[in-house]
Amino acid sequence: MRALRAGAPQLLAFLAVLLADRLVAPQFLAVHWQDGRLFGSLVDVFNRGAPVALLSLGMVLVVATGGIDLSVGAVMAIAGAVAASLADSQPLPLVLAAALATGLVCGLWNGLLVAVLRIQPIVATLILMVAGRGIAQLITEGRIITFASADLAFLGGGALLGVPMPVVLVFGMLLVTLALVRGTALGLMIEATGGNARASALAGIDTRAVTLAVYAWSGFCAALAGVVAAADILGADANNAGLWLELDAILAVVVAGSSLLGGRFSLWLAVLGAVLIQAMNTGILLSGLPPELNLVVKAVVVLAVLLLQSPRLAGLSLLLRSPR
Amino acid sequence: MRESVSITALLVGAMLAWGGAVQAASLTVGFSQIGSESGWRAAETTVTKAEAKKRGITVKIADAQQKQENQIKAIRSFVAQGVDGILLAPVVATGWDAVLKEARDAKIPVILLDRDIDPSGKDLYLTAVTSDSVEEGRVAGNWLAKTVGEKPCNVVELQGTVGASVATNRKKGFDAAIAPHANLKLVRSQTGDFTRAKGKEVMESFIKAEGGHSICAVYAHNDDMMVGAIQAMKEAGLKPGREILTVSIDAVPDIFKAIAAGEANATVELTPDMAGPAFDALKAYKEKGTVPPKWIQTESKLYTAADDPLKVYERKKGLGY
Repeated sequence: MRALRAGAPQLLAFLAVLLADRLVAPQFLAVHWQDGRLFGSLVDVFNRGAPVALLSLGMVLVVATGGIDLSVGAVMAIAGAVAASLADSQPLPLVLAAALATGLVCGLWNGLLVAVLRIQPIVATLILMVAGRGIAQLITEGRIITFASADLAFLGGGALLGVPMPVVLVFGMLLVTLALVRGTALGLMIEATGGNARASALAGIDTRAVTLAVYAWSGFCAALAGVVAAADILGADANNAGLWLELDAILAVVVAGSSLLGGRFSLWLAVLGAVLIQAMNTGILLSGLPPELNLVVKAVVVLAVLLLQSPRLAGLSLLLRSPR
Repeated sequence: MRESVSITALLVGAMLAWGGAVQAASLTVGFSQIGSESGWRAAETTVTKAEAKKRGITVKIADAQQKQENQIKAIRSFVAQGVDGILLAPVVATGWDAVLKEARDAKIPVILLDRDIDPSGKDLYLTAVTSDSVEEGRVAGNWLAKTVGEKPCNVVELQGTVGASVATNRKKGFDAAIAPHANLKLVRSQTGDFTRAKGKEVMESFIKAEGGHSICAVYAHNDDMMVGAIQAMKEAGLKPGREILTVSIDAVPDIFKAIAAGEANATVELTPDMAGPAFDALKAYKEKGTVPPKWIQTESKLYTAADDPLKVYERKKGLGY
């Protein structure tokens, strides 16, 4: 119940965006059953929002430690390239293991730079953001690698009990992450590290291990997102997979009310933030507005959502009384 | 100034023609390529090598990694090596005057490939071999108009990246071609950023917004977006190629697989063979002194299921797309 109250502005914003979508596209909320799966714009919102939702599950923990991970888009491209190049010759478990292990290694690399070598997170992850896409292009030799494996394709286009697989994966990962960080003291340690790393270390928290772990998890989540994205288009497009999605993931985390300075986080609100961004994107596509307006509309909506959360704007009187 | 230039050019041409007649024509050509920005560019490099080999030309390729300064360096080194001609695929339109003057002073003709440069430098190069992206859109539009005939048809369009000149031109050409046909109606147009993933997402939204069965044709500014759109249509239980006509541009190998499977109808080729016509122009200029026109336009060829798509796929797939 407390979680619900904390997320009230986000929920309200999400409902408002859905309402706006319903206004521009009358069929928006219609969901029907087709070919053994749910079908409709609302389903698309969750389905298309899945990669960013997966990214935000890792990103939110990194941000909670006061860090940031700019490399997630590039890690998506690498993992997608690994998965697509193995898909037709290896069984699915091996393909998945290889792709996810690649992501984990990328995450550990970031964690090493940040936690052990003490490089500022934005710089440390910038290295992989730039180099990672090059690595992905090396794997694909600059072309789009396509595959025919039905097993891997199922992760992107399949459905479980009518629910698209990407949505199932997001839900599963949300539960796993919740169990890991809220089922144990890990979440508290992450928040403590973000709040005051030195005090936490003095209090006996291994902040180095905590930092290493959140970056590794972010890499893992990014790899899964990359596999989903590759499975969706039946190919790995190293030039474009995950391009700029790190910014969407950070936006999702911020929309979720997490502070970029670290110290607090909410997993389910981060996922909601990602879905909210996608609801907006889908709404723009459905509206029939000229494409030149896409980014403008997106900017206005994001601004509105952030204003809604602003403590200064909570009451106009407060705003008037404030010195600025 | 300009007159003296053309006179020198003619003189040089005549001299070289004479020289060429004496020692059997074996040209050395430098090629400053942009870098590996897309599969098409990789194919262009492969085809350039093949076309040079066919003509007995030695070609030296310098990869600029998307940087103009690297291209300028490459041109300078080609000039220093005293090559017979330089092919340049310019990464940007401006800033070429100084280095092209150096090449002109060294009497080495420069031919632009695929992209043009700023008009101020028009007298600094021999000719430009490029495709006409307005024409590509027009060919696509004309095919659609002819194929649909008189019956009413709702068309949806997947645009390229907003603001990219290729996207603007491909839209312009298509719009102009379907304008005289009142039965063709462009009902939706959105950007798919030239990528498969966005092409699929945008097509999904078109299907939801218009109702899949009221869409009669899809036009995409490149084949990659169309490949994504075809997946979206199939997942929505529609039959692309049969229920919904498709026409796109570029002619990358994967679209021929789709055409062969009956899931796509037509594509307009952006040929990766820009070097072939350039070599021919250079040879004619060197041997006979023939000054080519300032713009050599490559053919925007239409491919459909009638053109043996599997054979084209086999031919294209090794080019590095």
